[in-house]
This record gives sequence, structure tokens and C-alpha cells, in this order.
Amino acid sequence: MAGISGQAHAVLPAGLPDGLPGGGKAGRAFRAGAFIRRHKLAPYLLLTPALVGIALVLLWPLVQVVIFSFQNYGIPQITGVAPTQWVGLANFTSTFKDSEFWLSLRNTVMLAIVVVPATLVAGTIVGLLLNRLGKKMAAFVSTAALMAWATPPISAAVLFYWLVNPDGGVVDWTLSKLPHWLVGSNNWAQYNWTTTGAFQAYVVIAVLVVWQAFPFIAVSVLAGLKTIPTELLEAARVDGASPWRVFWKITYPMLKPIFLVLLLLSVIWDFNIFGQSYIITGFPGNQNEYNLSLYLYDKAFASLPPSYGLGGAIALIFALILLVITVGYVRSSVRQGALA
Amino acid sequence: MMTPSTHVAAAPPAAAQPGTSRSVRPAGAGRARTTRRVRSASLNAFGIVIALLTLFPLFWMISTAFKPSQEIYSLTPSLIPAHPTFGNFRAVISGQVSGIGSVWLFFRNSLAVTLATVLVASLVSLLASVAVARFRFRLRASFLVMLLIVQMIPAQALIIALFLDFERLNLLQNLLGLIIVYSAQALPVSIWMLRNFVATIPKELEEAAAIDGATGFRIFWRILFPLVAPGLVATSIFAFITAYNEFIVALTFLGQAHSDYTLPIYVTYFFGRGGAQWGPIMAASTMYTIPVIIFFLIVRRRLVGGLTAGAVKG
Repeated sequence: MAGISGQAHAVLPAGLPDGLPGGGKAGRAFRAGAFIRRHKLAPYLLLTPALVGIALVLLWPLVQVVIFSFQNYGIPQITGVAPTQWVGLANFTSTFKDSEFWLSLRNTVMLAIVVVPATLVAGTIVGLLLNRLGKKMAAFVSTAALMAWATPPISAAVLFYWLVNPDGGVVDWTLSKLPHWLVGSNNWAQYNWTTTGAFQAYVVIAVLVVWQAFPFIAVSVLAGLKTIPTELLEAARVDGASPWRVFWKITYPMLKPIFLVLLLLSVIWDFNIFGQSYIITGFPGNQNEYNLSLYLYDKAFASLPPSYGLGGAIALIFALILLVITVGYVRSSVRQGALA
Repeated sequence: MMTPSTHVAAAPPAAAQPGTSRSVRPAGAGRARTTRRVRSASLNAFGIVIALLTLFPLFWMISTAFKPSQEIYSLTPSLIPAHPTFGNFRAVISGQVSGIGSVWLFFRNSLAVTLATVLVASLVSLLASVAVARFRFRLRASFLVMLLIVQMIPAQALIIALFLDFERLNLLQNLLGLIIVYSAQALPVSIWMLRNFVATIPKELEEAAAIDGATGFRIFWRILFPLVAPGLVATSIFAFITAYNEFIVALTFLGQAHSDYTLPIYVTYFFGRGGAQWGPIMAASTMYTIPVIIFFLIVRRRLVGGLTAGAVKG
């Protein structure tokens, strides 16, 4: 024991003023401490601030949204002009009857279907590349990736809007200068990416999201690659295995848990996209370009009259979709022993 | 873009020769060495193409910010401003183009909200992570699972209720409301990350200090706190990014309270005003983006370690 307490002293900075608080105060503190110890209250006391914050800002609003979704809650109900009534599933049925809802769901799902694999593939390729490059070159590439990653989403969205702008945007100019056989025979000069249609707008959003998200995947894959013993890869290479085979037979199986987490995180992030689509689609301009988040936001705040009940129902549907994905995430985390 | 990249890749063969560790082959393997050199040169070229493609949008943002407007809307855009000017930055700082104030005002708002969030979230999550890592109590596992699920609830799903609640509390059009929401939003991930750091500190240290008569608070402040500092750096980075980038809550809460706008809301407002003020808008975006890029470059090592510890290993 003496040895251990010696260590403890070593941890304390030397020359600390050994100033215990005044006698009475110390006595009271001691009694309170004894009470806490006797009833094993310490963990609960430590948890209280976090629990209060999470409960009031995250859990209680969720409960409220669930309640709203079964009510006719709106401005008249808040001001007391009309009574709040339970409307059963009316908000849900009217949402499911709304073709705009299905359009925004389709936009959301299509974006995820394209962007999730694109991000994972691009990120993995860059991760593998970083692992093979020399020190200086790897530092250069990873610094570039870090900068894209660091760019705030709103800043990136405004920037991409400018890049594809029909008046003076550099993308249209480049496309119009490239040979026609390469970019189709369209006239790209002054091509309007953001208002021509949902497809064009989502091409821009997809490129933007991949640009911002691939660095995280690359860095995570690289961290995973460092854990694979180099002898294993050397041996496979000496035996004449192609890089493609080495990846699928060794690298991929060993990094599978990481890929699973990255896949689920990417799906969740891409379903949650709000700021980027808000900027690129010019909210609230083009309703056929909404994703679920924008559709929800429109129904709750932008349309007249705002309907919190309808918004709540959409929010609940949205949250349930994400919950299904999250359960997959939690299960894979638990299986990796995250609760230990 | 093709020509410079291949040129640069071919130029420094010294950099393309990391093969020192592998050069244990017999001296006669000249052809193998050549293929290796070709392979590493093409890898380098590929790396340069990726890096340049990745950097281009940011380069264009900065380049536009320094261009006078006749160059911005010229029919043949130039990569580098021919007549670089600070005019766009001056316009953003004076506030005359956006019409709602100098960029410094919004910078100050963002900084205040971000720093307060980092402080509150770090302190609260440190306390909670000690509880989770140091004590076995009932509902501990449920609490951890709750954190995992809660961190996935999108702000979009809660925004309606948050808006109505904070309206009732009179916390809508000010920065305090944002600080409260951001701090709570940062908690689940912060606790989850910090708990790993606390768990690695040997328990004997605290026990020994307790035997020596140190109070719980003293143990916490003098022993646990310094040792868990690297973890706090990681969670601070996370809280910083969360608060600095946050959009939907600020957009909904701040409404028309222009003088309380944070940087992303300011940039959005500026953008939404139309009138094709791309020079000043890019200047504003640059001023919003550069600080956080510099911040990322400073903390890059911790960023990678912290995020992988939090996201991958769990």
C-alpha cells in the first residue's frame, strides 16, 4: 500500500498549498460525503447534470413530438383560439396520402443509395492509397482531405452552389470547354444545376456530400489498416496474390467490423442531410427537390398555416426510419463489446 | 490539370522511393526495381490528382474572394485573380453588402456560443463519464444504450418541440438558448468518448489518495482531471465542431434576430438575399471556413485518434 500511495503523491503537483477548507465547512462536507457513501449516491449525483440536460433537451421534446403527431396542434391551439384535439392517425394518413411526402422519401433514399457506396468506396481507396504512399506524399494527400472535412457544411454548400452557378460558375465553363464526345453534346454554358430538376440538384448534393465525407472514411480505414500485421500482407504478396485479391481475402475480412460501423454511420448521416440540401435547393423554392428533412421543415414552419401536428407525424416517421438503422448500429457496437 | 500533376509526380523520384525497407532483394533484380519505381510514381500521381481535386473547391472559394467583380463574372474565369483585391473582405467587414452588420459581429457570436458549449459539455460529460467508468450501479448499461440511441435522434425530429419549448422559456432569439441545446446535443458522444479515457486511469491512484485523506472533490480535481485531459481535448474538439457548424437549430431559433446570428446563419442569409454578390459571399465563407481548417490542422492527430476511438472501437 505504501508504494501505491507514494505514486499518488507523485501524481499530485509538488508544492500544492495543502489548504483544507475551514473546520466547520470541512465537517459538513464530511457528513455529506458519508451520507453519499452510505447510500451509494455518488454515481447518481455525477450523472444528474447530464441526465437533466439530455432529458430536457433531447428526450422530452421527443415525447412532445409523439404527442403532437396525434393532435391537431398549430397556431390556433397555442394561442388558445381553438382547442387542442386528439385526431388519432389523421396526421399520418394525410402524410401518407401526400405525393410530396413520397417524392421527398424517394429523393432521400436515392441520395443515400448513391452517396453511401460512393463515399465508402472513395474513402477506402484513399485510405489504401495513404497506407501505400511515402511519408511526405501521404501527409500532402491527408492534409487536403482534412481541409475538405473541416469545411463547415453550410460554407461548403454555398461554395458548391457558386461552383455550379449558371452565371460565372466554373463547372459550366469547364464542361463547355471539354470535347463534346466526353461530356455529351449538350450546351453546358449557363446550364442551371439547381433549378432544372431534382436529379440535377441531387447530383450537386451527392458530389458535395462525398467531398465532405470521404476523408472520415479514409482516416478510419487507414487506422484499421495499421492494425493488420504487415507480415500477413507481405506473405500474400510474396505468394503472388494480386492487390485485388489481397484486399478481398485479407484486408476486407479484417476490417469488416469497421466497415459495418462506417456503413451505418454513413446511412444515418445521409438521411439527416439538411443544411446542404437547404442551400442547394434554395429552400423553400423547389418542392420537388425536397428530401425528408426539408419536407418536415416546410410542413412545420414554412407552409401556411404551420401545422405542428403534421410536422410531428413526419418527424416521427423520420425518427422511426432512423431508429431501425440505429438498432443495427447499436447491435454491432454491443457485439464488439462496447459496453464493457 | 492533368499536365502539372503528372509533371510533378515524375520530377522528384527521390520522394517516390520509400523502398528502403524493402530493398533487401538481390542486387540483380533491376527489372523488379523499375516496376516498383513505376508503381510508386503512378501511386504518387494518383495521390496528387486526388489532393488537387479535393483542394480545388476551397482554392476557388479563396480565389473568388480576392477577385474584383468584373473578373468574377468574366467569360473566361482565371484560376488566380489577375488584380487581387481586398474589396470583398472590406465590404463584408463594413457590413454594407449583407445589410445586417459586420462579419466580426457574427464571428463573435459563433465564438461565444462555441466556447460556452465546449466548456459546459466537457464539464458535464466528465462528471457523467466518471460515474459510468468508475461505478457499477443499476441501470448503468441502460444508460449507455440510451446514449447510443439518443445520439442518433436527428435534430430535425426534435426541432418543432424545441422551438415551442424555448419560445415559452423566452430563449428563442438569443445565444443562451443555442448554448443549452448544443451542450445537450454534444453530451451523448462526449460521455461515450470520455468514459474510455477515465477507464484507463488506474483505480489504485484514487484509492491511495482516499486513504491519504483526500476528499472526493480533491481526488477528482487533482488526480482524475489532469490524467483525463487528453480525453477532454478530444471531446472539446467534438463539441467545438458541433457548435460551430450547427445549422437547423440556429436557423429556427434566431429567426429575424439578425444581431444574434451565428456564422452559418449569417452566410445563409447573405446567400439568400440574392443579387449575385459572389465576391463578398465567398469572402464571408472564407472567413467562416479558414479558422476551423486551421483548428483541424492543429489538432489533427487528436482528431483522428479521438474519432476512431469514439466511432470505431466504441
